Amino acid sequence: MASVTLKNIKKNYTKDVTVIKNVSLDIQDGEFVVFVGPSGCGKSTMLRMIAGLEDITAGELYIGDTLANDVHASKRGIAMVFQSYALYPHMSCAENMGFALKLAGTPKAEIDERVKKAAEILEITHLLDRKPKALSGGQRQRVAIGRAIVRNPKVFLFDEPLSNLDAALRLNMRVELSKLHQELKTTMIYVTHDQVEAMTLADRIVVFHAGLIQQVGTPLDMYDNPSNLFVAGFLGSPKMNLLEAEVVAASATEVTVKLPKGLVVRSAVDGSNAKPGDKVTMGIRAEHMRLVEEGTPEALPARVDLIEHLGDIVLAYIEIPGINQILCMKLPASMTNLKYGDAINLVFPKEETMLFDAEGLALKRIR
Amino acid sequence: MADQSKFWRTVIYGVLFLVAVYYLLPLYVMLTTSVKSMDEIRAGNLLSLPLDITFAAWSKAWSSACTGVDCGGLAPYFWNSVMMVIPAVAISTVLGAVNGYVLSKWQFRGSEVVFAMILFGVFIPFQVLLLPMAQTLGVFGMASSISGLVFVHVVCGLASTTLFFRNYYVGIPDELIKAARLDGAGFWRIFFRIILPMSTPILTVTVIWQFTQIWNDFLFGVVFSSIESRPITVGLNNLANTSTSVKEYNVDMAAALIAALPTIVVYVLAGKYFVRGLTAGAVKG
Repeated sequence: MASVTLKNIKKNYTKDVTVIKNVSLDIQDGEFVVFVGPSGCGKSTMLRMIAGLEDITAGELYIGDTLANDVHASKRGIAMVFQSYALYPHMSCAENMGFALKLAGTPKAEIDERVKKAAEILEITHLLDRKPKALSGGQRQRVAIGRAIVRNPKVFLFDEPLSNLDAALRLNMRVELSKLHQELKTTMIYVTHDQVEAMTLADRIVVFHAGLIQQVGTPLDMYDNPSNLFVAGFLGSPKMNLLEAEVVAASATEVTVKLPKGLVVRSAVDGSNAKPGDKVTMGIRAEHMRLVEEGTPEALPARVDLIEHLGDIVLAYIEIPGINQILCMKLPASMTNLKYGDAINLVFPKEETMLFDAEGLALKRIR
Repeated sequence: MADQSKFWRTVIYGVLFLVAVYYLLPLYVMLTTSVKSMDEIRAGNLLSLPLDITFAAWSKAWSSACTGVDCGGLAPYFWNSVMMVIPAVAISTVLGAVNGYVLSKWQFRGSEVVFAMILFGVFIPFQVLLLPMAQTLGVFGMASSISGLVFVHVVCGLASTTLFFRNYYVGIPDELIKAARLDGAGFWRIFFRIILPMSTPILTVTVIWQFTQIWNDFLFGVVFSSIESRPITVGLNNLANTSTSVKEYNVDMAAALIAALPTIVVYVLAGKYFVRGLTAGAVKG
């Protein structure tokens, strides 16, 4: 078990192509950290650099207390699980799992012992003699994880391990990965583009965008207090509703903004640095908008564009007259009587309304 | 509807049958002629079955037919060809596999250019190479020898073998190589422990291809050999062109069959892998 420390890591492919601009991060011993971001954001490159499959252009990588920049991939004490499983097709599952130990010259009895133990943890003992092609996707993924466990690594690296599985199996494996982490208590770094996986698995989430870390934090903190527009838009499903607005009045505890057509919304954020006339972006999550009776103070009129019944909830896509944008609203499943064209009234509670300045940085929320 | 599809199926099979007969007819004539006596051949029934089967022509073609002034049959040429084809196929296949492995899985700056240049070799007409190759062989002291022929065939075969292996290995996921690197395997260990065991189909394809090419080659065989190192294609040519008083068709046919037999045998033994290898796409993990 070991911590992982990244100090000012940079990665250039050629002089002009920079994939990782400057990344510093401390990952604690035993922590489950998820790198998340859209494709091409540098998260997988970062993982491959930790694995030793890519050179580090500049900066320092510590695994435990050892500077690992120039340590060979197989000597770093890490094990990696790949998206395509990367099982050796001509070897049985047991041979696949024991291959690293065999190359390292471990005695056969010990290899068998460790393979057996890993297989028991993952409940794949009955598959050990089979070739990978005789396994289903989920079983292959288990064998791939088993191959990592057998090596008894200090750090586990996962590169989008669930992306090739179907939705039901993905959910299942997600839960099992969580359990595995609780059982092994080893440091795990997990790369995904799926924000749901990130939210559910992580002790801490690291959001990457354009080769930079956008924000690091616990899932709930990131969800409630995104530090900028990118994180706000990336985490959460459906996406946070974002609207252009202009500051009308600002104080240290509240900012009032004006939407187009003169609609006014209040937000409980620290507005000490804001002044009337500033362009801002207002954000509110789908579950925070409230449906109210006509005539309620501060109510905004809106019209229903589309209703989606998901069983447990209802998603309403609505349009506020004068604002050329569809907003998404999460409603309880009991709201079955709403239909296309209905006129409704809604309120943006000021405690739940966020504001982002012209650079996209969040104004501090007062709660 | 069902009747109609049955009708067309019959038509298709009928056409295929006719084409197959047409294609196999020369082989039939060769086989039957080679076991007929000259008297029977003179009777002029080219397509009739032999009345009296005799292998005299085969034995003459193998051990006593005249090729030019020697009358030792095809046997020495045959063994020359065997001694040429085995090392030439082995070396060109192994080098092609390593080339393909590097060009697909260990790409370096400019590796695509190198591959494009090797690919170019596939399209060069070999006649163009005769003169420079003769000089090269002279410099290396390998002119007119079997080792010289092996060298020529290895050089000329590398373009195709590299192409075969490179294209096959491109279909093997890179993550497999990465996983092996993490497991502690280096360049050669990955090649021998991971890549080669997955290469059976393409190895078969390459071996058949190279064997056929080299065994059947006449151009290099006639240009770069001396009396002692002539391969079987040259021997066959000499045998057929050596005119004595009578043209012995049965001996000519037997000689041609002897010359063709090894490639047929290789194809029959490994043919199913040939088709399988040519059509195999990505290797699924």
